[in-house]
Amino acid sequence: MFGKLSLEAIPYHEPILVVTALVMALGGLIVVGALTYFKKWKWLWTEWITSIDHKKLGIMYFLVALVMLLRGFADAIMMRTQQALAAGGAEGYLPPEHYDQIFTAHGVIMIFFVAMPMVIGLMNLVVPLQIGARDVAFPFMNNLSFWLFMAGVVLTMVSLLIGEYGKTGWLAYAPLSGIQYSPGVGVDYWIWGLQISGIGTTLTGINFFVTILKMRTKGMTLFRMPIFTWTSLCANILIIASFPILTATIALLTLDRYLGMHFFTNDMGGNMMMYVNLIWAWGHPEVYILILPAFGVFSEVIATFAKKRLFGYNTMVWATACITILSFVVWLHHFFTMGAGANVNAFFGIATMIIAIPTGVKIFNWLFTMYRGRLQFTSPVLWTLGFIITFTIGGMTGVMLAVPGANFILHNSLFVIAHFHNVIIGGVVFGMLAGLTYWFPKAFGFTLDEKWGKRSFWFWITGFYLAFMPLYILSFMGAVRRMQSYANADWQPLMIVAWVGAVCILCGIACTVIQFIVSIRDREKNADITGDPWDARTLEWSTSSPAPFYNFAHLPNVGSVDAFWEAKKEKGMAADKPTQYEDIHMPKNTAAGPIIGLISIVFGFALVWHIWWLAGVGAIGMFVAFMFRVFNDDIDYYVPAAEVERIEREHHKRLEMQA
Amino acid sequence: MRMKKNLGWLGILPLIAVLLSGCDAALVDPKGQIGVELKSLIITAFWLMMIVVIPVIVMTVVFAWKYRHSNHAAKYMPDWAHSNKIEAVVWLIPCVIILFLGIITWKTSHSLDPHKPIESDAETMEVQVVALDWKWLFIYPEQGIATVNEVAMPVDVPVHFRVTSASVMNSFFIPTLGSQIYAMAGMDNDVYLVANEAGVYDGKSSNYSGEGFSEMTFDARAMSQDDFDAWVDKVGQSSETLSYEGSYQELAEPSTDHPVEYFSDVTSGLYRDIVESFHGGNGEGGHDGGHGETSMSAEAAE
Repeated sequence: MFGKLSLEAIPYHEPILVVTALVMALGGLIVVGALTYFKKWKWLWTEWITSIDHKKLGIMYFLVALVMLLRGFADAIMMRTQQALAAGGAEGYLPPEHYDQIFTAHGVIMIFFVAMPMVIGLMNLVVPLQIGARDVAFPFMNNLSFWLFMAGVVLTMVSLLIGEYGKTGWLAYAPLSGIQYSPGVGVDYWIWGLQISGIGTTLTGINFFVTILKMRTKGMTLFRMPIFTWTSLCANILIIASFPILTATIALLTLDRYLGMHFFTNDMGGNMMMYVNLIWAWGHPEVYILILPAFGVFSEVIATFAKKRLFGYNTMVWATACITILSFVVWLHHFFTMGAGANVNAFFGIATMIIAIPTGVKIFNWLFTMYRGRLQFTSPVLWTLGFIITFTIGGMTGVMLAVPGANFILHNSLFVIAHFHNVIIGGVVFGMLAGLTYWFPKAFGFTLDEKWGKRSFWFWITGFYLAFMPLYILSFMGAVRRMQSYANADWQPLMIVAWVGAVCILCGIACTVIQFIVSIRDREKNADITGDPWDARTLEWSTSSPAPFYNFAHLPNVGSVDAFWEAKKEKGMAADKPTQYEDIHMPKNTAAGPIIGLISIVFGFALVWHIWWLAGVGAIGMFVAFMFRVFNDDIDYYVPAAEVERIEREHHKRLEMQA
Repeated sequence: MRMKKNLGWLGILPLIAVLLSGCDAALVDPKGQIGVELKSLIITAFWLMMIVVIPVIVMTVVFAWKYRHSNHAAKYMPDWAHSNKIEAVVWLIPCVIILFLGIITWKTSHSLDPHKPIESDAETMEVQVVALDWKWLFIYPEQGIATVNEVAMPVDVPVHFRVTSASVMNSFFIPTLGSQIYAMAGMDNDVYLVANEAGVYDGKSSNYSGEGFSEMTFDARAMSQDDFDAWVDKVGQSSETLSYEGSYQELAEPSTDHPVEYFSDVTSGLYRDIVESFHGGNGEGGHDGGHGETSMSAEAAE
């Protein structure tokens, strides 16, 4: 009846997990209580859960990402604490059983449930506005993508309290992840969490690819698109091309685990090297899916706050395109030590280095955007400057790793850990926090508190260097990754320094939380009346803040890259006040997305625990819910011109009052 | 901004300090020819990269400060966004550096190929390495002995480590001596290493392999030829022996923090038996070698 599920699966004998469960339950109760007390359930359902508004979906992605950042960071500081303690024969406080789940969960959560939703959330919020569209190409699919992603999040979090998570590392290398060496449900949670959210990501990729190609406003040719839109386009091409590889690879592993097949097993002709190749054929493009949109953010931020055109726009686009293509021919650099021949290793090593060329060009372009500009040191700019320096160092260590000879001693060492945190924290996290601060007023109508934003930056960057520079040094002493304990007590002082760094980063995260609280308190004072608080250059700033649900009363007409900026300089803001309004065609909210998402959680959970009847019910349920949506013709409506006029008048009235 | 400048340098200083100072770090103070060559390769790559990294950091700080909003003395050109000269330079410099680095990479990928024998006056010794859950088995086919979690070698004698796994993927790694190589079931991988100085060096698996991974370490002992002969004699006096059907099966059972063990006698072909035990397709584990195939090398399988 319940498959492998029994009361034994609940880890009530693990004090850490019991406390976690209590904290989570308490948090849940507070949220549910507040929603009930303030009678907000209906509002939550109609305004958010069923919303197909790309801006709201973007906000929800980012919100989930920030919550998951707390979880991922809790894992991180537990690991750092363990390694600060478990030296020279000491065992620390986490047994391997627990520690191995933590580093697996940390990697999975930070990549799939923090970095990805931040990137996708920002794309959702910004891209349709930047291209002058009223929504994405497939609004229902966008909502469905989000809820499939949420299903992955929920399944991963459930593993904390029912059963266990994988103990395989975040990429679940076979044959360790096979049924013979990982008989528990941990890998199955990994499989279904990633499979379901991965399908959501693939749908997002298709959605935004079509949106950017087909829904640009009049006059916006490809080479008049803002750079963030360009980098998003490339990231979505990468999603479309690479996520199916992930899905297929995990599906093969699933067949191995569930049906006793032998794609990646040790014997019967299975080939674990194929698994490693396939997973990295997705995994390497994945890091560019994350970093390219961050590059886009920095490009927007630096041009806006330097009050100057972006230097070398065309070069920037071509450099992005180069990186997109090259990212598919470098995957083998993740395993030079597998034993491929010298020619193969050299090819992939050199291909990897070549990526450094367009990346280097981008960095110089940002520098020359500041050159002869008027740079305002706002917190997004601080994140950008911190990024340029940190990412350059990370890029350098990346190129060092790309030399196969050097890789033979640096591979799997803490050098690798330091390197990818160097580029992912310095690049993706800094980029997303810069983007959050930069576009926050467009989402909510008020700016974030600068003082706490800057404090967050200084803690993050100090914490980053304290936490990860020691890891480079430790790698030269022979320390490898994923150690639950180590015999060499000489490593301990540097491990403690790294722990201090993690605490600094914790302070940075706390500053961000305080920043939200302070900003919400001061929202009247920091209100963005004009819709253009930074005196920026791209179309999203031409509409009010927060943007109306239809984005633009009149779709803008674009004549150059910096059309909005040029229009402002010529006519000023107030001149642009239309007299006539039209009905606007908009999609309707839908319950199909959240319902399918919810059923997919049941489906995934049933498969994890081998509850076959429930899995069957789930599969049929998803299909039926989807069919209901397919045969529902009542999916759109017209916003009357009078309603548009009323909303726009209000905005103009506020503008005049301020003037 | 002063603080940022300091932080930027912080990023490089430890690397320089470690690369140039001679502390007891394994990679900084290698004890074998391969390790020495790898170290010099890393330092070359590091300084080549510095040609770009240092100017970028300096320019970031200088540009950001000079063109700050409040500095009205600085030139302001809001529409200046293109310069063929600058673009040519920013493409050219990275291209030239990568060209150099690419040539170095091509050469060293071949000269430091782990599969390549080391040239030496001494005859190369073979040691067969099997990764087990969670310990290392070393078989000396020429001496007819085997050890667990301890490997010895004479100084200046190149060692041909043939590496496989009887379990999940691991990576055979002695940081002080040089290159690592993956240990994979059914694969006959290999790496050539040499120790040029006597000493006891840490060896380990660098590729996470499950619960006992952290304690999957061994001592790599480099010693004079006389000491090595004495060590072989010592191992030869052990009462334990190793055969595929017998004590090996017991040894292969998972164990954590396994003590050093010596085996005075090993059935010949044990290593081959272990590799081929994964080649069967008949569901019996295929140890009978019914397919008669030779062990597949990882290189051939790429």
